[in-house]
Amino acid sequence: MHVMARDLIYLRTATVFTYFLRRVILMLPVAFGVSVICFMLVQIAPGDPLTAIMPVDATADEQAAMRAIYGLDKPLPVQYAIWIGNLFQGDMGKSIATGRPVADEVFGAVQNSLLLAFSAAVIAFPIGIFLGFLAGYFRDTLLDRAVTAISIAGVSVPNYWLGIVLVIIFSVNLGWLPSMGAGPGGSQDWAWDWLHMRHLVLPAVTLAVVPIGIVARTVRALAGDLLTQDFVTALYAKGMSRGDVLRHVARNAAATALSVMGLQLGYLLGGSILIETVFNWPGSGFLLSNAIFQRDLPLLQGTILVLALFFVAMNLIVDVAQAAIDPRIKRS
Amino acid sequence: MSKTETLADTQPDKGGPAQPLLIVRNLQKYFPVRGGIFGGKKAVVQAVDGVSFEVKKGETLGIVGESGCGKSTTARLLIGLLDKDKGEIIYDGQDLGGTLSLRELRRGVQMVFQDSYASLNPRLTIEASIAFGARIQGLSDPVGRARKLMERVGLAPDRFAQRYPHEVSGGQRQRINIARALAMSPRLVVLDEAVSALDKSVEAQVLNLLADLRREFGLTYIFISHDLNVVRYISDRILVMYLGEVVEIAPVDDIWTSQAHPYTRSLFSAMPSMDPDNRTKEPPLAGDPPNPINPPSGCRFHTRCRFSEDVCKAKVPLLHPLTAGSDHLAACHLHDISSGHSKAGKDVFE
Amino acid sequence: MALIETHGLEDPISEAGKGYWSGVGSRLIRDPVTMICLGVILLLILSAVFAPYLGLADPYTGSMIKRLAPIGTEGHILGTDEQGRDMLARLIYGGRLTLFIGLMPVVLAFFIGGALGIVAGYLGGWVNTVIMRTVDVFFAFPSVLLAIAISGALGAGILNSLVSLTIVFIPPITRVAEAVTSGVRSLDYIDAARASGANALTVIRVHVIGNVLSPIFVYATSLTSVCMILAAGLSFLGIGVRPPEPEWGLMLNTLRSAIYINPWLSALPGLMIFITSLCLNLLSDGVRSAMNVKD
Repeated sequence: MHVMARDLIYLRTATVFTYFLRRVILMLPVAFGVSVICFMLVQIAPGDPLTAIMPVDATADEQAAMRAIYGLDKPLPVQYAIWIGNLFQGDMGKSIATGRPVADEVFGAVQNSLLLAFSAAVIAFPIGIFLGFLAGYFRDTLLDRAVTAISIAGVSVPNYWLGIVLVIIFSVNLGWLPSMGAGPGGSQDWAWDWLHMRHLVLPAVTLAVVPIGIVARTVRALAGDLLTQDFVTALYAKGMSRGDVLRHVARNAAATALSVMGLQLGYLLGGSILIETVFNWPGSGFLLSNAIFQRDLPLLQGTILVLALFFVAMNLIVDVAQAAIDPRIKRS
Repeated sequence: MSKTETLADTQPDKGGPAQPLLIVRNLQKYFPVRGGIFGGKKAVVQAVDGVSFEVKKGETLGIVGESGCGKSTTARLLIGLLDKDKGEIIYDGQDLGGTLSLRELRRGVQMVFQDSYASLNPRLTIEASIAFGARIQGLSDPVGRARKLMERVGLAPDRFAQRYPHEVSGGQRQRINIARALAMSPRLVVLDEAVSALDKSVEAQVLNLLADLRREFGLTYIFISHDLNVVRYISDRILVMYLGEVVEIAPVDDIWTSQAHPYTRSLFSAMPSMDPDNRTKEPPLAGDPPNPINPPSGCRFHTRCRFSEDVCKAKVPLLHPLTAGSDHLAACHLHDISSGHSKAGKDVFE
Repeated sequence: MALIETHGLEDPISEAGKGYWSGVGSRLIRDPVTMICLGVILLLILSAVFAPYLGLADPYTGSMIKRLAPIGTEGHILGTDEQGRDMLARLIYGGRLTLFIGLMPVVLAFFIGGALGIVAGYLGGWVNTVIMRTVDVFFAFPSVLLAIAISGALGAGILNSLVSLTIVFIPPITRVAEAVTSGVRSLDYIDAARASGANALTVIRVHVIGNVLSPIFVYATSLTSVCMILAAGLSFLGIGVRPPEPEWGLMLNTLRSAIYINPWLSALPGLMIFITSLCLNLLSDGVRSAMNVKD
């Protein structure tokens, strides 16, 4: 009884804007938790963080002095407070390997990762939607089964391996496309010309495979369910044309599909790490694997933090967009 | 079959026959409603608000009212499935939370739920379900007790003991639930719409069983239902609830012949009658009960009452005897000459 | 007594019921795709377990003169790797670590996440808030990122991979377990059990676990494929299994240098990962649909 009452109250007061405010406020503790985990990453790492900075023959006094400079002699919560304080001033520390500010390294790399993730999304979403719609509309036909098989294969394939296979086919055997880098001669500066864009093709296609499978699967289920629902029958009964019915179906499925795709975009950013390694794509994943091998913990920490916060923000946008499209949505 | 054979471990009586088995005083339960930007407490549903009544030893108290009036919440408060906000629950002279622990209360008070299927664990055999409580309470030979009780509620143990809930009919399941409640040798059984979901023929069988069991084991019942005929059949007294409050309590024959509260009267007149001479006189209740989040001021029924006056909006009517010393109580300004209601003390219904 | 004579009339006694699991079983057996996948997985596990008895070459000993022999070479049906070690032997032995690190985290997360979710779902209140809000924080990381972050910080090693992947899979399992448990928690039989005076632990043990375990388990099986890919991915990145152990992800990494010399050979370990993960996915789908069918 009180649950019903709560829904009533909610529906009465919740505009999309208050929903947005609520989500932002609910997001703050999550963002705090994310920062704690990123902070802890350095703490769980084996070995003394000083060994990377100090010469091997440093005396105990010199070590203690260095410890004080970096605040490592203070208790963990204080260290966290200092770290987060610096963070708010845009200071994420310095990379141990390059000596450059972590923020500069990370933001340059994240731009490249975003480029890759968006390109993959541009490939994946239309294909996934098209395939899913075909399968859902022609449910239980050979076409449906073929699409289902493709989507299962898509979510099962280790994409880092698929990347290698594509390199073998298109770079090694056919020689059509470059196998690594983001531009000719290891160029770091992106440009929208074919010389650069041909470097984008293989990694973007590789990265697109998993979301194609997931989007196709989601859209298939949505379209299939909607087409069998009573109101679709009612629309046909009203004499609505096939095309009009399809449009109705599409609008109803849009909210759910949008949220799945929004989340996939976030996953693409995270999932690009392995692909960037395969193709030496100078993005955040590539940066991350370099950071791991050079035990460049500040760089590791900063990269993870930025990617995770991107993901959190993506979730927020998806949630609010979904609420805006679908007025039925209500979340506690 | 003697009483001492099946329910040997019943708690001994403490207060003597004159001590009511259960006294409820000013029982209150509000549910918070969350919402708004901060997800904080926004309002409260006043599910049960200041409910008081007594249940004598060996009697059956029927509780009636529309859905959402707080009947089930009251039941769950009585057996400690919900924590009360305020008020006292006194079982055989002992105060729950004071001299009486929740665990002791649960030895003495058991409950049968409406949904016979949802109230049985689908993964346990019937025998195991019935024996569970007895085992928890440390009673001797739980399986033996279970089998005896199955026999007593009309389910041959050899045929039914090893079955699962989905393998038996709804009526049989409700017998199992009754046996399960009795396995702990309670003195008070709260029956929350226990027969409402059954077919009419099965309902009659289960009602007869309940009446037999009460006589045989000296049980006391609180029988919650929305079906007045069923309540009349089994109850000694009837309590009427509206929006979390008690509006009338009376012996069943008294209330059947003359309802004091306009709400009770509407409730009874809405009842289909087989007797052509006994036509519905009162217009049936219009609309739904008001929102329990912001219940009406004064008398909560005033928004739907055809005798409503200003005093009804302003002043909360208290539950009091119709005449001095009467066991027919109502909470209505019509029955309080000092209330200031223009028709107070007059017979308004004819 | 009249009641005893009439009870049989209430309705006929159904004979259905205990047949649920045998129904699931017979539906599974009639599903060829699921059975083939089960067969492949069993074959992979058995050959990995009994690898020493299969008469294979030593997966650790190589030969400088026989490096990167192509597929079909005599004595090395699947060729040799960049150190001249027999590929067939390394692929079969490689199944041991790959399958172990690919499946074990889900098993561990099933127990830990299942327990957390059941406790959160049953107790509700502040316990639920603490557990589920913590889970929310972990959900803020895409799983790949979280696995790489923890493994990257801890460094390479089998144990570190197990730890990081278990941490990755605890949150989703906890969420599902919590949802399923709070659904069961609201059923009357839980209230009836509480009303009989049983404490939380007893109610959970007798009345909750049996009713929530199979949906949690089915969900966990759907995660095995992702876990396989991630586990091998960590080794591929060099933060999982260390050389010279045979492991598919690591082999894929070390053979990358050979893609210009013997391309298809270098793709073999990845093919194994793909086959395994595909079969795990199809198997999990098959079990799920066999269990969802309600007769």
